[in-house]
Amino acid sequence: MDIGSRNDAVPLCSTAFVINGQQFTLELHPWVTLLDLLRGALELSGTKKGCDHGQCGACTVLIDGERINACLKLAVSLDGARITTIEGLGSPESLHPMQKAFIEHDAFQCGYCTPGQICSAIGLVSEGRVHSRADIRELMSGNLCRCGAYTNIADAIEDVMGQGRNQIREAAE
Amino acid sequence: MRPFSYTRAQTVQAAVQALASDPQAVLLAGGTNLIDLMKYEVERPGAIIDINRLPLNFIDDLPDGGIRIGALVTNSSVAHDERVRTRYPLLASAILAGASPQLRNAATTGGNLVQRTRCYYFYDPATPCNKRQPGSGCAAIGGVNRIHAILGASDSCIAVHPSDMCVALAALGATIEVEGPAGRRDIAFSDFHRLPGDRPELDNTLQSGELVVAIRLEPNHFAVHHTYLKLRDRLSYAFALVSVAVAVELSNDRLVDVRVALGGVAHKPWRDRLVEAEFAGVVADEEAFQKLAERLLSGAKGHGGNHFKIPLAAKAIVRALKQATSGRLQDQAAKSVQ
Ligand SMILES: Cc1cc2nc3c(=O)[nH]c(=O)nc-3n(C[C@H](O)[C@H](O)[C@H](O)COP(=O)(O)OP(=O)(O)OC[C@H]3O[C@@H](n4cnc5c(N)ncnc54)[C@H](O)[C@@H]3O)c2cc1C
Ligand code: SF4
Ligand code: FES
Ligand code: FES
Repeated sequence: MDIGSRNDAVPLCSTAFVINGQQFTLELHPWVTLLDLLRGALELSGTKKGCDHGQCGACTVLIDGERINACLKLAVSLDGARITTIEGLGSPESLHPMQKAFIEHDAFQCGYCTPGQICSAIGLVSEGRVHSRADIRELMSGNLCRCGAYTNIADAIEDVMGQGRNQIREAAE
Repeated sequence: MRPFSYTRAQTVQAAVQALASDPQAVLLAGGTNLIDLMKYEVERPGAIIDINRLPLNFIDDLPDGGIRIGALVTNSSVAHDERVRTRYPLLASAILAGASPQLRNAATTGGNLVQRTRCYYFYDPATPCNKRQPGSGCAAIGGVNRIHAILGASDSCIAVHPSDMCVALAALGATIEVEGPAGRRDIAFSDFHRLPGDRPELDNTLQSGELVVAIRLEPNHFAVHHTYLKLRDRLSYAFALVSVAVAVELSNDRLVDVRVALGGVAHKPWRDRLVEAEFAGVVADEEAFQKLAERLLSGAKGHGGNHFKIPLAAKAIVRALKQATSGRLQDQAAKSVQ
């Protein structure tokens, strides 16, 4: 697969990773970010591009279970990684508990920030460092919401955390 | 982004060699600063050397009771390491005051040290900037300079170093281990970052081909009386306008050893050991703190938009010293004092 603008002077880099449980081996130009790879050639457009500069969190995905900003990662640097995007968390028939809680708590309006919020929230839960509502707000501060759904987002996360940490961790895997 | 070639270094020696032999090459760690700057074409490397596979992801105890943190340990892993939390809580607190959880998961110890300024003009290739393009001028002097330096600036550049982690490391007096074509050497933390002078393009004293391998911290008596106070435009996910790292050793209400490092005010984390020494043995009260703040800021100079930082820094120093000496540390989640 040839991804990115053509430039024959620079060799393509063979890169292998698992995305949402599926194995990929791709020939990539080194300047393609994970975010552009996901949204472009792989047609996984659930992950959103807000700022493209690490300032909004819309592009949050899980790499080996940890939340990061996909806009600031070169895809080639992730050789060997296991990547989970919003598409890999649940399906309309069988939603991830975090997805369900976001719906139940009305935790979005336009929905643009939501895939990033949900991936971030799942990363947050598995980190296991939340002891208070203030912790949820602080540890979700890397995800901006222009619609200001913050209160309901925190409610949804609190709800899921109340349901038991282990269940969430298993569902994320 | 401009096209570049990409290689993964497998050993520190190979990375050093690749870096030293190609003036167009740069190191890639977490990428959170470098990739951002490449998108703006502020950085235009011809070659990227990915150092993420190097064996520099360790936190080791040292025989003297100190600690050694590898250059590739992420900011999150440092901040949440049990040894760092108990023995160097000031460092953990400063890291958690910075960026966002996602960014801290990617950002590395080495990258945080070497990250570049957030000066708006540095980021905008359409404007003059001596740091980005030596000799082109400084658009911040006489321009919008709300976030700029009040201490140690020059006529060439008034940028500040943006790191929170480094302010704590300055107070704690870390040592930086680097490896270059000539082998390994240690750099004292206060000698690592530079003041701009007439060479603002140089942020630090790394020589060509040198790579940060690790940082070391000595054992200390600051785990009880310390605080990292960060003031910014919003409570989270924003760079410091002014920050203060304080580490104090107290005996019978007197200051035995007091260290005050300032962030957001200069081209490097700002510390003045001579001023600190003047306060050894002094009773730890508000009057002393105010005097110390005055002394630390005696050379402060505003540039218009950033005048407010001078009184802000004075108040922040006093508050941080009060918090530290009373053992009430700054809670980086609730933003309150415990
Ligand atoms: C939106 C946003 C908000 C942020 N907010 C804050 C904040 O509030 N406080 C704060 O402190 N920081 C903040 N940061 C900055 C962040 O901490 C840095 O981007 C990060 O620490 C850089 O580490 P990295 O590993 O990603 O470095 P990279 O981007 O990989 O590299 C940065 C530079 O360091 C060099 N480098 C990397 N490793 C080494 C090494 N071992 N030896 C020599 N050179 C090396 C690279 O060549 C490059 O020049 C923020 C960043 C963003 C994008
Ligand atoms: S302050 Fe420094 S970084 Fe900013 S425009 Fe001036 S020279 Fe460039
Ligand atoms: S798109 Fe990555 S942080 Fe905004
Ligand atoms: S729901 Fe619209 S940006 Fe968050």
